[in-house]
Amino acid sequence: MSGQLKEVRNRIKSVTSTQQITKAMKMVSAAKLRRAQDSIIQMRPYAMKLQEMLSNIVSNSSGDMEMPLAEHRNAERILMIPITSDRGLCGAYNANIIKLTKQTITEKYASQNAKGNVTILPIGKKGYEFFNRYGFKVVDNFWNVFSDLRFENVRNAAIYAQDAFLKKEFDRVEIVYSQFKNAATQVFKVEPYLPIPKIEQKANTKTSDFIFEPTKEVLLKELMPKILNTQVYKAVLDANASEHGARMTAMDKASENANELLRSLKISYNRARQAAITTELTEIVSGAAALQG
Amino acid sequence: MQLEILSPEKKVFSGNVYGIQLPGIEGSFEVLENHAPIIATLGKGKLKVIKDKNSSELYDITGGFVEVLNNNASVLVESAKMID
Repeated sequence: MSGQLKEVRNRIKSVTSTQQITKAMKMVSAAKLRRAQDSIIQMRPYAMKLQEMLSNIVSNSSGDMEMPLAEHRNAERILMIPITSDRGLCGAYNANIIKLTKQTITEKYASQNAKGNVTILPIGKKGYEFFNRYGFKVVDNFWNVFSDLRFENVRNAAIYAQDAFLKKEFDRVEIVYSQFKNAATQVFKVEPYLPIPKIEQKANTKTSDFIFEPTKEVLLKELMPKILNTQVYKAVLDANASEHGARMTAMDKASENANELLRSLKISYNRARQAAITTELTEIVSGAAALQG
Repeated sequence: MQLEILSPEKKVFSGNVYGIQLPGIEGSFEVLENHAPIIATLGKGKLKVIKDKNSSELYDITGGFVEVLNNNASVLVESAKMID
C-alpha cells in the first residue's frame, strides 16, 4: 500500500514541475508576443506611405506601365515560401503551415510537382527541416531569419525571389504564412507574391502636379521591389506574432491540463492514504479485540 | 516644414525642420519650405536634416524615396543609421 502512495506522490511532483515550465513558457510567449505586435505596428506607417506613393505615381500617369515583375507567364516553375517557426511547442502551428503548403503543391500545382518543378524556400527552422527531410527541392540559404529578426535578413530572401522571377527561374511565387489576428486565432493562408497583380488606376483621386525624379518609369521600377520586400517582411512579422500567440495558447492549455491531472492524482493519492489508514486501524482494533478475547 | 523619416523597423525621425539635404539618384539636392510637390528616388549616401541654423543631424541611408507635398516631406528608407 505505501509503495503505491509513493508512486502517486512522485507523479504529483513531476506534473507540478512540468506545469511550472509550461506556465513560465506562457509568460515568456506573452512578453514576446507584445514585442512582435509592436514591430508590426512600427512597420505600418512605412508600408502605408509606400502604397500611397505608388498610387500617386500610378494616378499621375496614363496608360499601362511596363513592369517585368508583373509579367504573367504560364505557371511552369513554382516557388513556395512557407514561413514556419524555429522552435516547436506551439501547438499545431507549424504542422498547419506545412500541411497547407503540401496541400497547395499537390492540388493546385499537381502537374508542375509531377515534373519536379516545385521549389521550396523555407523560412524558419521547422519548415526547413521538414522539407529537407522529405526530399523536396529546397533553397536553403534563407531559412534562418528568426534568430535575428531584422528587415535586412528578410529582405535577402525577398530579393532572391524577385531576381529568380526576373531570370525566369520561376513563373509563380507564393507565400504560405499565418496571419496574426489575435493571440488565440491565426489565419493560415497562401498569398500570391509574384507576379504582382495589376495595379488599378483609381478614378478621381486628387492629382497633384508632382515632379518625378528622375522619371516615373524609373521610380516605379525602384518602388516595386521595395513594396515586395515589405510584403515579405510583413508576412514574417505576422508569422512571428502568430507563433508566439500559438505558443501562448498551447502552453495555457498545457497548464490547464496539468491542473486537471493534478486534481485527479490528488484524489487518488488521498484515497490510497485513507485506505492505508483504515487498514491500519482495523488491524489495531482487531488486535486489541483478540487480546481482550 | 514637417518631416518624417520612416524605415520598416521604426520611425527614424519625425518633427519640424528647416530643410533636408538628400542624396538623389542623379546628384544631391535640397528641399526647403514650400518646395513644389516631388517624388524622387534616393541613392546610397548621406541625408542631412537641417533643424535650424545651428543644429543638424546626419544619417547614412541605403537608397529610398522622398515625397514632398504641401510642406510635408516623407522619406522612406530601408535602413538609416545616424552619424554623430
